[in-house]
Amino acid sequence: MSPTSRGFRRRHTVPDGDAARVPPGQYVTDGFPVLSAGPTPHTPLTDWTFSIRQGSSTLKSWTWAELQGLAVETATVDIHCVTRWSKLDTEWRGVSVDTLLDQVEHDAGYVMAFSDGGYTTNLPLADVTGGKAWVAFSFAGAPLEPEHGGPARLLVPHLYFWKSAKWVRGLELMDEDRPGFWETYGYNMYGDPWQEQRYQGD
Amino acid sequence: MAGTAVPGRLSWEVATVTAVTPETPSVRTIGLDAPSWPGHRAGQHLDVRLTAEDGYSAERSYSIAGAADDPVAITVERLDDGEVSPYRTEDVRVGDQLEIRGPVGGYFAWEAADGGPLLLVAGGSGIVPLRAILRQHEHSGSDVPVKLLYSARTMSELIYRDELDGYQDGVETIYTLTREQPAGWAGYTRRVDRALLSETAGAAGKQPLAFVCGPTSFVETVAGGLVALGFEPDRVKTERFGGTGGP
Repeated sequence: MSPTSRGFRRRHTVPDGDAARVPPGQYVTDGFPVLSAGPTPHTPLTDWTFSIRQGSSTLKSWTWAELQGLAVETATVDIHCVTRWSKLDTEWRGVSVDTLLDQVEHDAGYVMAFSDGGYTTNLPLADVTGGKAWVAFSFAGAPLEPEHGGPARLLVPHLYFWKSAKWVRGLELMDEDRPGFWETYGYNMYGDPWQEQRYQGD
Repeated sequence: MAGTAVPGRLSWEVATVTAVTPETPSVRTIGLDAPSWPGHRAGQHLDVRLTAEDGYSAERSYSIAGAADDPVAITVERLDDGEVSPYRTEDVRVGDQLEIRGPVGGYFAWEAADGGPLLLVAGGSGIVPLRAILRQHEHSGSDVPVKLLYSARTMSELIYRDELDGYQDGVETIYTLTREQPAGWAGYTRRVDRALLSETAGAAGKQPLAFVCGPTSFVETVAGGLVALGFEPDRVKTERFGGTGGP
């Protein structure tokens, strides 16, 4: 049994009716905390591309304008950060990863999302397909702010939010799973918030 | 942004409080005896599982306040923001038990082999992991120059002030007090902005390795400002607040 922590008492509770939507160990916030490991990059949209790579070759690449010309979807989802905040009913607009991957031939099992600034994060292909992931460029009806990952971030709301790579610039297709940035520093390879997969071995 | 894998899984262990040190009216450092602690690097953090009398429990992340060869300690600021359940560290007593696991993180960390020169920029309780790095620098006998730029609202909110004032060889400490200054204050009085960075952090010679920790707007301003001054982005490591390290 856990020892009682003198000085600690319950105050915050999950809002009424939302308990089933909040994974274990999370609290609900109305704010939008920012976490990142380095300076916020500012790539001009004229230089921006989104690429799908495999090995040393680029299979397909879209400019900013080309991406905007694809089918844009609205996603209203709950998001869960490993630092224990959750935010409910966040509204995003972006292009489904299905729409992008449908344009390349491949049999990869995993992807590595890569971003401006060098950030990477790994995901099984099955977790970015089937309507579960987007390249999002709008949040709450406005262009996505740079500190939240703009111009575009990956949105994979069913996994901890570090998997939703900010400043995303593409996906590398992989046959086998490899750790990305935080995964190399001991964070979980998969990151299911409902299983509390925060760190390696959880 | 490559790193070294952390092996194994993190297990919870029960640690015993060995000391509670007031740092400011709202900040306490809690020293811990953790017999199974696997060791840490300066700048990493740990998770604490807090359990209330009614059985309610919550986990928090805190920066580890010490160098690799220091006993495990965390510095906790009491935040009365109504968002999460309060932890009144003034009630904590020597002999109390706390569940911890870690260390966590490893990107925002420094050891002598990482070299320098070092530029440490702290806003408020963001000083905690930077103090760990300063202690690591001291304990390892590193000769890389260190510059600490520390922004707080008032003199009484400066954490670790006596210790920071005590560093000598190769460590330069610059304070800015943004809300209220004591009589005769000769230091800076404004928020850290690009001009202040240019005056204090402008680097001659080898480009420093920068560690920036504080609230989001502070980190955004400082990290962006350093890049504008010519710092390579991959030499600017950031963390938001002292206690929320990691992704």
